[in-house]
Amino acid sequence: MTSWAFVLLFLAGARADEIPAPLSGAKGDPQRGRAIVANRQVGLCLLCHNGPFPEERFQGDLAPDLRGVGSRLTEGEIRLRLVDPARANPQTIMPAYYKTDGLTRVAPSYRGKPVLSAEQIEDVLAYLVTLK
Amino acid sequence: MRAAALFLAAFCACTQAGEIPLAERRSGYEFMGRETRAMQDDDTTNPALFALLDGETLWNRADGAAGRACAACHGDAAQSMKGVAARYPAIVGAKPLNLEQRINACRVEKQRAAAFAYESKELLALTAYVARQSRGLPIAIEANDTTRPFIDAGRALYERRQGQLNLACSQCHDDNWGRSLAGTPIPQAHPTGYPIYRLEWQAMGSLERRLRNCMIGARAEPYAYGSPEMVELELYLMWRARGMKLETPAVRP
Ligand code: HEC
Ligand code: HEC
Ligand code: HEC
Repeated sequence: MTSWAFVLLFLAGARADEIPAPLSGAKGDPQRGRAIVANRQVGLCLLCHNGPFPEERFQGDLAPDLRGVGSRLTEGEIRLRLVDPARANPQTIMPAYYKTDGLTRVAPSYRGKPVLSAEQIEDVLAYLVTLK
Repeated sequence: MRAAALFLAAFCACTQAGEIPLAERRSGYEFMGRETRAMQDDDTTNPALFALLDGETLWNRADGAAGRACAACHGDAAQSMKGVAARYPAIVGAKPLNLEQRINACRVEKQRAAAFAYESKELLALTAYVARQSRGLPIAIEANDTTRPFIDAGRALYERRQGQLNLACSQCHDDNWGRSLAGTPIPQAHPTGYPIYRLEWQAMGSLERRLRNCMIGARAEPYAYGSPEMVELELYLMWRARGMKLETPAVRP
């Protein structure tokens, strides 16, 4: 019985593995999204990830290469991984980009603010889905 | 139920590396390029040389209302200070003091002079000079009934996620050391060479300054210089590096 409960929970979790609806009204702009991803102060993505950014000499290898992510994951799955990646993997080191609760000792200048705005998330997403 | 437990066990094993086995520990030195290593190895090109010379001058200079030099009481630092830095932070009274705080305690109590400010040129120079006398000696922090509560508090801080980026020290330095953070290799965070000359700073800096840099990187509010949390974290890191050799003054990128 307990193991069935676990399996059901796990399956339900797998299906809840996406956020289908956009966070903001405006459609994301892939060009702006690319700039955010490449910017080490704004997106911070290349601290950990690699990607198709020949102009960026310094990229990370703590995380999967972003190339091809648009064919590996659906738009809703990527959105969830930007908003709160711990919902896909509780142990993840990837920061939640659109979440302000459950954090400890956030520096005053960042307190109460998500890493990216809803519009920026949609821009990043619009870019990532083009990486086939 | 067993399947679930097994699944969870496998899951946790592959996502969290945990503490680094003693035999696999490496100094930050080993993650540096050849040129930076050479700069550290050669006493005449090590940019910390000037701090050491300043430290020696301060050691021998009579100061404060007591009009006494460190040397007046401690004599030749090469003898009296040998091995001291390898034992710090040490419990003095009821709480751990780091080496900077211990030196300042002598300034205030024995010399009756004003304490040097954290990160002042003088405090860094004197600390580097004192710690230099332990170069090559193994870090000798023991976990016992007196130190353990402070080591454990430091460990808890080290393993706790913090800041807007919600990262724990351990997630980079235990779980991902050797990997590249935007092109920079992540070291294991062993405090073997402090105070250091850091090329990025173009200056000497303390271990606390380095720790604050990592906290600020996670967009966390750093703890104040000399705060109990900082000293406990230093103590934990030194205990974690027990047996490793001190290299002060180290050079770091
Ligand atoms: C601190 C490191 C870190 C940062 C910064 C980071 N990520 Fe990640 N990301 C990861 C890791 C690690 C994974 C692998 C899955 C996991 O462990 O959760 C991941 C997974 C992903 C995935 C799923 C990839 C796949 O193929 O399954 C996407 C998409 C992604 N990240 C996008 C981004 C974007 C876009 C940014 C910047 C806005 C970013 N990440 C910033 C560490 C990071
Ligand atoms: C996102 C990953 C990351 C996190 C989180 C992080 N660090 Fe670091 N840390 C680094 C990197 C990268 C360096 C090396 C920087 C360089 O060489 O420029 C470093 C350097 C250090 C060093 C210097 C080691 C030496 O050889 O001198 C210490 C000590 C240290 N970190 C401790 C900590 C502590 C304590 C925390 C938690 C408060 C922490 N770090 C959090 C990435 C991280
Ligand atoms: C008037 C004598 C006197 C002067 C001056 C003095 N000290 Fe001390 N120092 C001591 C004594 C005595 C101790 C042993 C602990 C105690 O009684 O406080 C000590 C302890 C220390 C320790 C800790 C040693 C250990 O084994 O843990 C350090 C480090 C130290 N002194 C550095 C200095 C420095 C640096 C100066 C100059 C800024 C200085 N002292 C000036 C008397 C002095």
